[in-house]
Amino acid sequence: MGLGLALAFFVAPEEAVEGVRQRIFYIHVPIALTAYFCFGLGAWKALLLLWRGDERYDLESYVAIHQGTIFGLLTLATGAIWARTSWGVWWSWDSDQLVLFLTLFLFYCAYFMLRFSIDEGPRRARSSAVYALFGVALIPVSFFAIRLAEDLVHPTAFTREGPQMTASMFTAFCVMWAAVTLLAYVLYRVELAGKRLDRDLRELREALR
Amino acid sequence: MTYLADVAALTRKDLRVALRARDTLPAMLLFVLSTLVVFHFASPDGSADAAAYGLLWVAIVFTALLGLARAWVPEQEHGVLDALVLTPGDRSAIWLGKTLATLVFLVVAQAVALPAFVLFFAPLDLTALAGVLLADLGICAVGSLLAAMAAAGRSRELMLPLLFLPLSIPLVVGGVGAAISADAERYLVLLALYDAVFAVLSWASFEYVVTE
Repeated sequence: MGLGLALAFFVAPEEAVEGVRQRIFYIHVPIALTAYFCFGLGAWKALLLLWRGDERYDLESYVAIHQGTIFGLLTLATGAIWARTSWGVWWSWDSDQLVLFLTLFLFYCAYFMLRFSIDEGPRRARSSAVYALFGVALIPVSFFAIRLAEDLVHPTAFTREGPQMTASMFTAFCVMWAAVTLLAYVLYRVELAGKRLDRDLRELREALR
Repeated sequence: MTYLADVAALTRKDLRVALRARDTLPAMLLFVLSTLVVFHFASPDGSADAAAYGLLWVAIVFTALLGLARAWVPEQEHGVLDALVLTPGDRSAIWLGKTLATLVFLVVAQAVALPAFVLFFAPLDLTALAGVLLADLGICAVGSLLAAMAAAGRSRELMLPLLFLPLSIPLVVGGVGAAISADAERYLVLLALYDAVFAVLSWASFEYVVTE
């Protein structure tokens, strides 16, 4: 894992073509993709919870969405840094991808508020699951909503013709993407294990009382 | 047919309760009118007409939140919601009845608010009105479900706006777009899409939100 990350960080610097500030693309895009993926995973676990009723999916869904939110925050932060260096502003309402991501981010922040306001139990698990599913339904609808205005500013590296970059840059990107996905997966497993441990500990304490 | 009879009975009950209590509907009416007046003072002189439509939609969303916050209160006061959930009918009928009743309140509030808006600010054409009606469906469908979710926890008055506002963004985009854009039909299609997706999702998932 550490090796994969180290490789990614050393590969990326080799490939600077347009200048130093372009390198943040290697971090920003994989993190953004991973955030979307985590939200999708969270929603998938939520669906499994509602469908099969197995309680363990609740914690898995929660951890996935937690990771997604963290990566989402990083996406916004790295994006803002890139924006500041490229366009001179920290934020722009003109780009649909930015607004969609912000909407989604706010939506999932509210997910945590929802979770903390309901006491632990099946009610909380189910409400959280339904909310997580609403989140992924929101993605295409929001995308369509925001698409109605033209996207003028956010650079698109992957168009219908394929990746608009040299082969070496594409390789670096893929390595970085794999590394970030791996990082997310490791964080997910670690957090899930930690949360399960917390829960088991709490249950033991209750039993011993 | 019993499903529709259940829904009709629940809607009628909600309407009767609200009309007898005489609190939610007058509150919504007064709120939306006061908000429009405040917006007049909040807009600087010479600001564009287009900005007024944005303010209209903010007023609509917050008026709807006001109505939705009170939506499940009658059911919570005497454990009525649990009783309804225990009845042998389909639980989604509870959601549908509540959605339709909230829709009636919202439409009535807008029947007063929209003429006031035209009087104070700017005209509204047919596509703008169609946008308002389509968005109302979305607001009530999603709002009823989220209000039920929020009601399950603590600090429910705080939770509902937090849960609802991100989901209301596509509706506001569609509504304002339908009012000001030359290509208003695309925004109406967006609103219809939102309504279809989220109404079905809310209808299907209500059962999971209210049962243990």
